[in-house]
Amino acid sequence: MENKFKLIKSYKLSKGKLLKIYLTMVKIRDFENAITDVYSRGLMNGLAHLYIGEEAIATGVCLNLTPQDYAVSTHRGHGHLIAQGAEIKKMMAEVLGRKTGYCKGKGGSMHIMDISKGILGANGIVGAGIPMATGAAYSAKYRGTAQVVVSFFGDAASNQGTFHESINMAAAWKLPVVYVCENNLFGISVDLRKVTGNPNIADRAFGYGIPGVAVDGNDVLEVYRVTHTAFIRARNGEGPTLVECKTYRQKGHHIGEPGTVYRLEEEKRAWIKRDPIKTFRERLIKEKIISEEEIKNLEKESRELIEEAVQFAENSPFPEPEEAYQDLFYETEGVKER
Amino acid sequence: MTKKITYAQAICEAIDEEMARDKNVLILGEDVGVLGGNFKTAVGLQEKYGDLRVKDTPISENSFLGMSLGMSLTGLRPIVEIMFSDFLLLAADQLLNQIAKIRYMSGGQVKVPLTIRTTIGAGRSSAAQHSQSLHAIMCHVPGLKVVVPSSAAEAKGLLKTAIREDNPVVFIEHKMEYNQQYEIPEREYTIPFGKANVLREGSDITVIATSSLALKAVKAADELAKEGIKIEVIDPRTLIPLDRDTLITSVKKTGKVLIADEGYERCNIAAEIVMDLMPDIFYYLDNPPERLCLPNFPLPFSPALEFPLIPDQQKLYKKIKKIFKD
Repeated sequence: MENKFKLIKSYKLSKGKLLKIYLTMVKIRDFENAITDVYSRGLMNGLAHLYIGEEAIATGVCLNLTPQDYAVSTHRGHGHLIAQGAEIKKMMAEVLGRKTGYCKGKGGSMHIMDISKGILGANGIVGAGIPMATGAAYSAKYRGTAQVVVSFFGDAASNQGTFHESINMAAAWKLPVVYVCENNLFGISVDLRKVTGNPNIADRAFGYGIPGVAVDGNDVLEVYRVTHTAFIRARNGEGPTLVECKTYRQKGHHIGEPGTVYRLEEEKRAWIKRDPIKTFRERLIKEKIISEEEIKNLEKESRELIEEAVQFAENSPFPEPEEAYQDLFYETEGVKER
Repeated sequence: MTKKITYAQAICEAIDEEMARDKNVLILGEDVGVLGGNFKTAVGLQEKYGDLRVKDTPISENSFLGMSLGMSLTGLRPIVEIMFSDFLLLAADQLLNQIAKIRYMSGGQVKVPLTIRTTIGAGRSSAAQHSQSLHAIMCHVPGLKVVVPSSAAEAKGLLKTAIREDNPVVFIEHKMEYNQQYEIPEREYTIPFGKANVLREGSDITVIATSSLALKAVKAADELAKEGIKIEVIDPRTLIPLDRDTLITSVKKTGKVLIADEGYERCNIAAEIVMDLMPDIFYYLDNPPERLCLPNFPLPFSPALEFPLIPDQQKLYKKIKKIFKD
């Protein structure tokens, strides 16, 4: 898993792309920090699962996707949504339960969806998005399009039946889907290494007869490189790939869970030292790709965008109580179903 | 003009016609392809439409049902066959947490044109895991339309409507009906959801009977007519949406109501229907509402044990007789 490519230029990405990568990761981080802020200010109810420390994965993966492709997310979904181009204002408004949110306040953090951008939704059930992604891939094949699908899920989801069932079918039918396992080592408090005989999830691909690749999930360019190959395979009709991104959840399971009792301080420190944004920033500067000033401008751009989103959300109205009774069924010809 | 075909053939015709009509309609499930369906409801379809449109799946109910949701969100109109409603429990997460809720959770962003066909009914010595009638569970969680057709003609017309519907529909076929012959119209037709079917008019009692019990109720009513009891038999056709108006009008007229359903008695759909109607029928009732359901026991294997439990024509006859004796 050691990075073979010491220099950023080996990846043959334009400066514009590299700037975009950095900006996306910073936007995700800033969004999550803003969530912590609105939560502590008592503006946010319920749950939000932060993506801090895992930004390189969504960013590296989604760089391969076009607006026509599909992405299926998880309960820890803010990063996937931002990387796939969701509107940050509407995301923040949803997290704050406002009428202007993506789901008009009906979904919250765990159910943000943007069907117009092919984002088929975050999901509150671990592993439940995997079949949906597989079905979208079947649909792309059925309709004869060049679309591909990314199915994001965590290490814990890889122990759900849907992981096995879905990958098995995608392999059998050579569906255009890339399964991206974000192995952050913990399912809430349970350490993967304590509940799984072989914690290398990518190894399981062998059993399905598909390629399985493990990659440093904190190295955005490596994530991009590995998934790039996987998406090309998918688009060429060669079937699915399982990509395991080794990473670490820097915060607790969700915003109200500090994540202190179940992990080793030493391990945590080591991962934070390898923070995906910090290390990428250092490389960009060290290799003289981007100046310190350009970086600062990007960071300012992100900060302003997120602040604007928080303001938009805070100033947005809550939905009216009667809206709880809407959107259950699609109604045709004015027929109302109870 | 009518023709005589089996219930299974009627289902097959509905699927075939809708697949011919719309290239986005496909069917997937266990044994729907090479075998033409475990209950012969997809005979010849794979030969006609190919492997991609008529897909044999592995035994992975939760995931192939979940896949159908992914298909329905991306332009397709899938039909999924879950061989027994008992097996639908394996797919409970996808059915009840995902499919039923995704439109609502997304704030109405998506339509879910998806038909889930499954089967209910005891009487084949299939024991406790292949005989249950679990449609009440599908009704409990908001977001699904639930169809319980009676005859072959009803099943065909309602299934065509289900396939054209832009919401998830659980379409529940009665497995004891598959080989029964019925007269059905030659012409193309559909039957709308939410319109109950008054199978037989009468003034003494309203019998609301679901699925194949609706047909049995008509036979019981014919028998009881000879004894002077005039029974109104109503097939609700769809449990969600429920045609309250037709049911209320009938009960107001007769002053008595019996609901017959093959699901377990406890938390049966009968209880829900009665409570739902009660504000409108309370002052018109001469008797407490009654129900005839499956006793609260798993279905036993031996026919000597199974048949005594299953609601049928004779039990309906006795139940109604008793209401009028008291």
